[in-house]
Amino acid sequence: MSEIHTSSSGESHGSVTSYVIGFVLAVILTVLAFAVVATHSLSPSGTILALSVLALVQVVVHLHYFLHMGGGSEQRWNNMCFVFTVGFVAIFIIGTLFIMNNTAIHMMSR
Amino acid sequence: MLGRLSLSAIPFDVPILVGTFAGVVIIGLAVLGLITYLGKWGYLWKEWFTSVDHKRLAVMYIVLALVALFRGFADAIMMRTQLALAYAGNPGYLPPHHYDQIFSAHGTIMIFFLAMAFMTGLFNFVVPLQIGARDVAFPFLNNLSFWMTAIAFILVNVSLFIGEFSQCGWLAYPPLSESQFSPGVGVDYYIWAIQLSGVGTLLTGVNFFVTIVKMRAPGMTWMKMPVFTWTAFCASILIMVSFPVLTVAVALLGLDRYFGMHFFTNDGGGNQMMYLNLIWAWGHPEVYILVIPAFGVFSEVVPAFSKKPLFGYGTMVYATCAIMVLSFLVWVHHFFTMGAGPDVNAFFGIATMVISIPTGVKLFNWMFTMYKGRIEYHACMYWVIGFMVTFTIGGMTGVMMAIPGADFVLHNSLFLIAHFHNVIIGGVYFGYIAGMNFWFPKVMGFKMNESWGIRAFWFWFVGFYFAFVPLYVVGFEGMTRRLNHYDNPAWYPWLLVAEVGAVLILLGIVCQLTQLYVTIRDRNLPQNRDVTGDPWNGRSLEWSTSSPPPIYNFAIVPHVHELDAFMHDKENGIDTRCAGGPYEAIHMPKNTAAGLLVGGFSLVFGFAAVWYIWWLAAIGLIGVIGTVIARSANKDIDYYIPADEVARIENEHSRKLMAQAAE
Repeated sequence: MSEIHTSSSGESHGSVTSYVIGFVLAVILTVLAFAVVATHSLSPSGTILALSVLALVQVVVHLHYFLHMGGGSEQRWNNMCFVFTVGFVAIFIIGTLFIMNNTAIHMMSR
Repeated sequence: MLGRLSLSAIPFDVPILVGTFAGVVIIGLAVLGLITYLGKWGYLWKEWFTSVDHKRLAVMYIVLALVALFRGFADAIMMRTQLALAYAGNPGYLPPHHYDQIFSAHGTIMIFFLAMAFMTGLFNFVVPLQIGARDVAFPFLNNLSFWMTAIAFILVNVSLFIGEFSQCGWLAYPPLSESQFSPGVGVDYYIWAIQLSGVGTLLTGVNFFVTIVKMRAPGMTWMKMPVFTWTAFCASILIMVSFPVLTVAVALLGLDRYFGMHFFTNDGGGNQMMYLNLIWAWGHPEVYILVIPAFGVFSEVVPAFSKKPLFGYGTMVYATCAIMVLSFLVWVHHFFTMGAGPDVNAFFGIATMVISIPTGVKLFNWMFTMYKGRIEYHACMYWVIGFMVTFTIGGMTGVMMAIPGADFVLHNSLFLIAHFHNVIIGGVYFGYIAGMNFWFPKVMGFKMNESWGIRAFWFWFVGFYFAFVPLYVVGFEGMTRRLNHYDNPAWYPWLLVAEVGAVLILLGIVCQLTQLYVTIRDRNLPQNRDVTGDPWNGRSLEWSTSSPPPIYNFAIVPHVHELDAFMHDKENGIDTRCAGGPYEAIHMPKNTAAGLLVGGFSLVFGFAAVWYIWWLAAIGLIGVIGTVIARSANKDIDYYIPADEVARIENEHSRKLMAQAAE
């Protein structure tokens, strides 16, 4: 391994403050999600909607504060990997919903 | 104290196992005794077990793969023999309980420990050399990956003598694999072996992805990268995307079994169909993880022995990437019969057929590379041509089964078994063996014996057709997979032929062992030495270093000007090595025992978790975490090879090159 290979290419690794902000936000979002379910304060479909929104915000918080996604000149590979991952996960989740929903109708498994 | 483990777990009542155990003990003691007698323990420990050198790890991976081949093939020939006997009232010699463990172990071992280990071995050896790097991006993780794979294989083999292995097939479908129907330890052995080896595989994927993205030699843009490296890159992406799905699926099954949850159970709201969906979302990319690197091997071997550049490099790269993406869109074709409607099945059936287009592109590329080439019929080329014929047949039967209507007839029949052995033996195995013959001189510094290699090929090739064409036939006649005995007179002669095929393949393996023996015996004959480091007039950078390469691979990192960098340099009189220097001190990673320790503690943890020995599992887990923390805190992980030492090694190689040229 020569030096050219070990040099870091300048990605942001965050600061204590940004990690603490991220952690607090993540805790708040998690507590909110549990609270929505535990208190039955919304209708069933409203609960699911609220959980989905909270989960989505949670994902964004993690990406921003812990994985340091976002702008920056050295972020090309990070962003490309992320888009690719989202693509594969989307294929998998949409495919699974497509298959399992269809199977459930035909097999009366629910 | 010992959880579920008691003396009754040891199968004293099964003579085959007692005999095997005695054999393993005797051979094991002989090997250990020999190492002690020769005083090689220190050498093995320092130079191999704790090594972070990708070349050493490659050799250890391939040795592991060959051991797995023997175990997996022993299972295979036992199954074939059982089916050649167990006809019309004869129960055969394997009771169903034992037979079911054998076919489960056969599949698990051949995929996870033969094919995956062999592939990782080839990646390790070839990729850093082809891209002009001095090691992989994370050398310690590389060593850790190896040990996780190795201990998982040990765990599978421990199940042979202590307890039992899974009887649920190589993918452990629920509800059969749930504790309600499989209360024994077999499925638990399966779960922990898969999870532990999965850690190793996932780390390998990450490691090679980063290596290829970040560590290519200056000038090697994406479209100047050798095709094998491209295939390693695509396979690494597939590993990173698909192996987490396997981990989750098997972990959910584990939660069902260990904590009484209901993800896949019959009752309590479980849905075993979800397991099929999850496991095949991994399982289908998995077979492409195995075969794409084999395509890479063919793309290196064919130009070298046709004395021509590869035909259609660009289309080869795009075809590889297309296969990579498409392989993620077809997983339902493994369970067309599960009950989805025609819209789901038609979508995935058509997606499956589409894969044959890029694959066909590749096949034509190799043929056009051979067309008008000066083909040298080296042993590697036998495997390549055997692959082309065999894989095409396997591909065609695959497209047949991609038609959902046809699959309703063929699903879970021996036709399916014949199909996937056709593509995995004919594609993956032939490819890896071609790669082994091709790169062996680079690894060891001497060439493999060719006559025994060609004999091995013919036995494998003919044996394959004898063993699996009959399975296509009986599959059409309605014989399902995993049968223990039968009474249909129409099947009997075909299964006898298949047994002959298995014996021919056995002879093929014997020839391969003889090939290895003869190769090592004759290693010092002048015609076998590879002094130049370039025995086949190679095209890519790995042939520019000495054979075996020095620990740092490249004293001066080469500059890449064109695709087929080394061939370009040779044709234009550029010295890729920059012999004579000036040399600089080279920064290298230090060997470490941490990978072996994490592996050892993981084995303890896995074994204890199988048998519910919780105090021992805690020790294993604490050991793993402790070793990782200690390793992370260790700052003494690298060293420099002084410039004088580099100059000494390089000058010696230059001297040998000049002596060779003078002859």
